[in-house]
Amino acid sequence: MSDTTLFKVTIDNISIDVPAGTTILNAARMIGGDVAPPAMCYYSKLEGSGGKCRTCLVEVSKGSEKDPRPMPKLVASCRTTVMDGMEVKNITSPKVVDARAGVVEFLLLNHPLDCPICDQAGECHLQDLSYEHGKEGTRYEFQRRTFKKHDLGKYIQLHMTRCILCYRCVFAADQLTGKREHGILDRGDHSEIATMIEKNLQNDFIGNVIDVCPVGALTDKTFRFKNRVWFLKPMNAHRDCPTCSGKVTLWNRGEEVFRVTARKDQWGEVEDWICNECRFEKKQSSDWTIEGPRLIDRHSVISQGHYAGTVGTHMPTETIEAVLNGRKPKLLMDIHEVSEVNRPKIELSKINGPAHSNNFNPDND
Amino acid sequence: MEALTSRSAQVSRKPMSLAERLFLPAIFKGMGITFSHIFKKQPTIRYPEQRREFSPVFRGLHVLNRDEEGRERCTACGLCAVACPAEAITMEAAERLPGEEHLYREEKYAAVYEINMLRCIFCGLCEEACPKDAIYLSETFAPANYTRKGFIYGKDDMVIPNVKTDPEGFAKAKGSPRNN
Repeated sequence: MSDTTLFKVTIDNISIDVPAGTTILNAARMIGGDVAPPAMCYYSKLEGSGGKCRTCLVEVSKGSEKDPRPMPKLVASCRTTVMDGMEVKNITSPKVVDARAGVVEFLLLNHPLDCPICDQAGECHLQDLSYEHGKEGTRYEFQRRTFKKHDLGKYIQLHMTRCILCYRCVFAADQLTGKREHGILDRGDHSEIATMIEKNLQNDFIGNVIDVCPVGALTDKTFRFKNRVWFLKPMNAHRDCPTCSGKVTLWNRGEEVFRVTARKDQWGEVEDWICNECRFEKKQSSDWTIEGPRLIDRHSVISQGHYAGTVGTHMPTETIEAVLNGRKPKLLMDIHEVSEVNRPKIELSKINGPAHSNNFNPDND
Repeated sequence: MEALTSRSAQVSRKPMSLAERLFLPAIFKGMGITFSHIFKKQPTIRYPEQRREFSPVFRGLHVLNRDEEGRERCTACGLCAVACPAEAITMEAAERLPGEEHLYREEKYAAVYEINMLRCIFCGLCEEACPKDAIYLSETFAPANYTRKGFIYGKDDMVIPNVKTDPEGFAKAKGSPRNN
C-alpha cells in the first residue's frame, strides 16, 4: 500500500479523506473544532507520545468498509490509525463523554487541586478538561501522593504532586536535547519525574519541558508566583537568536516582561521550540521586537479584559504634554504615596525566582 | 387635541370664593396635617448613638480572613481581582519562606493586597469568587472623608486580628452572632 492511499473516515458524521496511517485523533484535528478529542499526553511534535492519559477515547461504531463490526471497547484515538470507511463517534456518543468524565476524575485522583497557587491555572489543560466535564471537584477523601522534592536547577520548578505522568517532558527532553537527563523513576503509584542523583537540568532547550507540560508540574521558576497569567498581555515577539528561531510569546504587564514562552497553536502545542536564553534570560522589552498582540481564544480566562486587534497595545501619542507644548498635567495625588502595589523600586519581573517577604520589606527601599 | 394622559386636568380660571380668598381654612388644614405627625411613629433614628439593623445580605467593607490557627488564608490567586467588575482589587504575591508557616496557610501568599474603596461597588463578587474563603464583606461601611487619601485599603486595614495573638481583637472583629 502506498503512502498516498486516502482513507475515508467519518467522525461525528463529518467525513474526511486522510492518508493511510493517520491516527483518528489527527484526522479529527484536520476537521477541527469540537470533533477533535482532547489530549493530555499526545503531542504531535513528540515522537512516541500518546496512549497514556486515555482522555482521547472514542467509540468506533464501524471498523472499516471490509469489516464493519464496531470495535468492542472505546479506543485511544491518538494511537489508533484510521481504516477505510471507518465511522467514529466522539462527542455524539454518550458512552465516550461518560468515559472521559471518568478518566478526568481518575486524573484528578492524586491531583492536589491547588489551582489558586499553581502558576499554570488559566492555561492548564487539566483544568479546562475537568471544567468541560463538570468534574472540577473531587470525591477522593484519602491522603494523596506525596513526594520528596527534587530540585531541577534554577530555572525549572517541579511539583511532582501535580504530575499526571503523561511522559511529554520525558519525550521532549529525549528528542530535543542531546543528552537525556531526566525520566520516570519507580513505577505504579510511586512513579515520579526526576533526575537521577539530584542532577540539575541544564541543556539549552530543556526549558521546553515547561511548555509541553499539560499541568502545572513543571513551571518556570523565573515567573513563579509573579503574576497570574490572565493579568498579563500576551504579545508575539521575536529576536535574533543564534540557537533557536527566537519566535516567542511575551507575557507583559505594561512594559515589564514577566514571562517568555513559545508560541502555542490551537491544540496547545508549541509551534517553534525556543532556547533557554530566550525563555529565561531575556526579560527586558528592549531585547525583543514586538509584532503585536497574540490572539487568545475568547473562551480562555486570559482573554478577559483584552480587546481584539491592536487596541491598547500602543502608547497614545497625543498626550497632554504633546498638545499643551510640553506643559505637564497637574497631578493632585501621586498613587505611590497611597498604594503599595507596583512600587517603582520593586520590579517583580527583574527578581530572579519568586518574590519573598524580604523583597517587600520597606527597609529595602 | 387629544390629551396625552387620562390624568390631565383642565386649569380652572374661575375667580376664588370668599373662603378661598381668606386662605385661613387652607392654612389650618395644612397645619393640621403637620401637627398630626407629632403623634405618629418616628421613622428617623439618631445615627451615631442608635444604629439601624442591617439586612442579613448587607455588604460592607472587606475583611481578609485567617484560619483557625491564625494563618492568613489568602493565596493571591487573583480570582477576586478578575471577578471584580470595578477593577478595585490589586495584589502582589510572594512565596512563603521557611519559618513563615505560622503566618501564611499556603506556600504562596499575598504580600501586598489592596482594595480601592472608591472604586469598589460592594457587589460581593470577590467573596463569591474566593476559593479559599479568604475574603468576606463585613457589616461596616467605608467611612466618609474629604480627600481621596485613605480610601486605598491595604492588608493592615483588612486582615482580621489573629485569633492566637489577639483573641480580644478577633472576638471584636467577629462581632456577636445574629439572632435571626
